[in-house]
Amino acid sequence: MHAFANPARFLRLARWLLPVLLVPGLVMSLGAVAWGVAYAPPDHLMGVTVKILYIHVPCVWLGMAGWSTIAISSIVELVWRHPLAAIAARAAAVPGAVFTALGLITGSIWGRPTWGAWWVWDGRLTSFLILLFLYFGYIALADAAQRDASGGNAARIPAIFGLVGAINIPIINRSVVWWNSLHQPPSITMGKSAIDGTYLWPLLIAALGFSLIFGAVVIARMRMLLADIQTEARLRRKALG
Amino acid sequence: MTAAILKPKHQRLVLVCVALVALIGAALLAVYALRGQASYFYIPSEMATRPPEQGKGVRLGGMVEKGSLKTMPDGVTIHFTVTDGKAEVPVRFTGITPDLFVEGSGVVADGRMEGTTFVADTLLAKHDEKYVPREMKDMVSTRSRQAVAKTR
Repeated sequence: MHAFANPARFLRLARWLLPVLLVPGLVMSLGAVAWGVAYAPPDHLMGVTVKILYIHVPCVWLGMAGWSTIAISSIVELVWRHPLAAIAARAAAVPGAVFTALGLITGSIWGRPTWGAWWVWDGRLTSFLILLFLYFGYIALADAAQRDASGGNAARIPAIFGLVGAINIPIINRSVVWWNSLHQPPSITMGKSAIDGTYLWPLLIAALGFSLIFGAVVIARMRMLLADIQTEARLRRKALG
Repeated sequence: MTAAILKPKHQRLVLVCVALVALIGAALLAVYALRGQASYFYIPSEMATRPPEQGKGVRLGGMVEKGSLKTMPDGVTIHFTVTDGKAEVPVRFTGITPDLFVEGSGVVADGRMEGTTFVADTLLAKHDEKYVPREMKDMVSTRSRQAVAKTR
């Protein structure tokens, strides 16, 4: 893995990987969402409202996957001091926060006709809102650590925050099982699905497509952050020399 | 003793693992302490064992019992029974119900106990985890009935 510690090598790979992720990601997500909007049959209880499933579910999955990326990168940063780990975590934070916000917005829009309320303070919704606030905190902290030019240890503060914040992910996942909540229990569990096949396959394709877009955004942001670091180093050398 | 022969990388790995175990332990304790308090509503059997104070605002959740839904002569007041399979609570509500509110489906009522009746101010419909197209509803109705019976 340390073969990619060389930024030049990583950048060569990233340049090639970006379109490979982005193009199929866009095709799959747009295709699955378009199918959902145009052809998905109405649900026996919810009617056409069920169609928001194809945006809501991939968004909330990626909101949680985004923080999982931060947590794993944080461990790699703390233990192995991999030079790209902190950059990967910072790169995943912004798209993660965007998908979390989209998940909350689409969920709210779905909740009004289905439950009869835009928002309720049940376990699932509250823990997911906390995830959004954790993202805001992480982005601000990572930004501040980046500006701190004293070098070394400052970069590890957001990594610790990323690791501590990860405790919210299993809480979000289990909230509907541990506590009575208005949000329904998980539909897809180990090898079983309570979602009919008609809805399930496009949903899985949409989730995969959204994930590929997420991966492409993370790689694009990593390139941007690396370019930022390079520019800053060059400016500093110029100022000194 | 062992720390002396561990490489710094492995020391950090051990440290992160210990920190993670402590973190998960703390979270589990917190979640355990929150049990019953972080729930969004009470189910009828909980109301039966620990009845809430008269007039105190609580939420009641469960299934609308089949055949229990009655509309009063004024046209906007409804009476129905909320059940979890073990206990039942009669509910009175005046107002417009959400679209998904039907007999046999889940409901969360916000209100208070008045005598033995639960007077609801708002009704929220609870959706279950199943997504089934309209045309296929009958094919799976036996399956969904079993699921309803299992749902508290």
